[in-house]
Amino acid sequence: MQVYDLIIIGAGPAGITASVYSARKKLNFLVISLDIGGQAAWSGDIENYTGYQFISGPDLAQKFQEHMLKYDTALRENEEVLELKKSEGIFLVKTNKTDYQSRSVIIASGKKSKELGVSGEKEFKNRGLTYCATCDGPLFGAKTVAVIGGGNSALDAVLQLVKIARHVYIINNTPALEGDAVMRQKVEAAENVSIFNNSQVVSVAGDKFVNAIKIKDNAGTRELAVQGVFVEAGLIPNSAFAVGVEKNNKGEIMVNSRNETNIPGAFAAGDVTDVSEKQIIIAAGEGSKAALSASKYLARSRF
Amino acid sequence: MAKSVKVYSTPSCPWCIRLKQFLKENNIEFQNIDVSSNQAAVDEMVQKSGQMGVPVLDIEGQIIVGFDKEKIKSTLGV
Repeated sequence: MQVYDLIIIGAGPAGITASVYSARKKLNFLVISLDIGGQAAWSGDIENYTGYQFISGPDLAQKFQEHMLKYDTALRENEEVLELKKSEGIFLVKTNKTDYQSRSVIIASGKKSKELGVSGEKEFKNRGLTYCATCDGPLFGAKTVAVIGGGNSALDAVLQLVKIARHVYIINNTPALEGDAVMRQKVEAAENVSIFNNSQVVSVAGDKFVNAIKIKDNAGTRELAVQGVFVEAGLIPNSAFAVGVEKNNKGEIMVNSRNETNIPGAFAAGDVTDVSEKQIIIAAGEGSKAALSASKYLARSRF
Repeated sequence: MAKSVKVYSTPSCPWCIRLKQFLKENNIEFQNIDVSSNQAAVDEMVQKSGQMGVPVLDIEGQIIVGFDKEKIKSTLGV
């Protein structure tokens, strides 16, 4: 079996930037990813990626992809890594399709949406309940919808939905909305938004499709009639497949300033790591750093 | 004889973009139906697929929900 210099797991901002740097270092490498663009592709409006005063998530993901493929990079798309482990100095990468081997890896698998864990959530998924406001938001024209969450991704969803839906409820389980002040102000200024702080979703109800949610606060429970539920309740790292790699209590892979993990030859970058901030531009920077570290590691090890 | 292919999509959905890109790369002609500006199209998509997530692909009455590359390949024979 062919042994690659490097396998990059994930093709979001971190993985794609790592691929660009690896291509320019002429490494023999492979990118394996379920999707292209990662969470960036699911963002609505991006106004803080330097060089673009404004770009949409799908457009930025498209630019990233073009940049990656400019180098004829070997890409295995729609492929999910199920297990990564190191054995006798070689990394074994097992996917849902086949197995690969490499001398080093960069884990850039990002994060995925956290589920609410309430009754009705699974039953009504894609039947009014969705984890992607960017995708499914436009189907809710003139409907009443609820966004679950109070951070940046929730605010981003709300700002997309206020233009489409009749009314948007925000169900936030903290005392006040979090996220960027600019976005918060836009949300608070919108006329068709009601904010429920200190509130939790208890259940999602409906017939064939969602028609209500039940929420709870200190005063008790109440039911809101809604046709759409947008879950933006935070994210969990895609790190379970990485065997023996040290993680913090959130499941994030622990890296040092050179993007090294506890396993020599295994590097990690972007939102899957314990890097202090989760931003597109930071993930991209971390990806480049990881690729440069991996390239130095390979040179040092005289592979 | 080319199969009739319909894609129900929204302009902003990443998987819809990937799906349409994939069809173009394989020289598959398709009719794109933008459900974001068209309630009748939403109803048609929901009626066909029994759900509200995009993209939905209709290959001569065979419905595929999401960008399921393998299933699309085998259905289209590409």
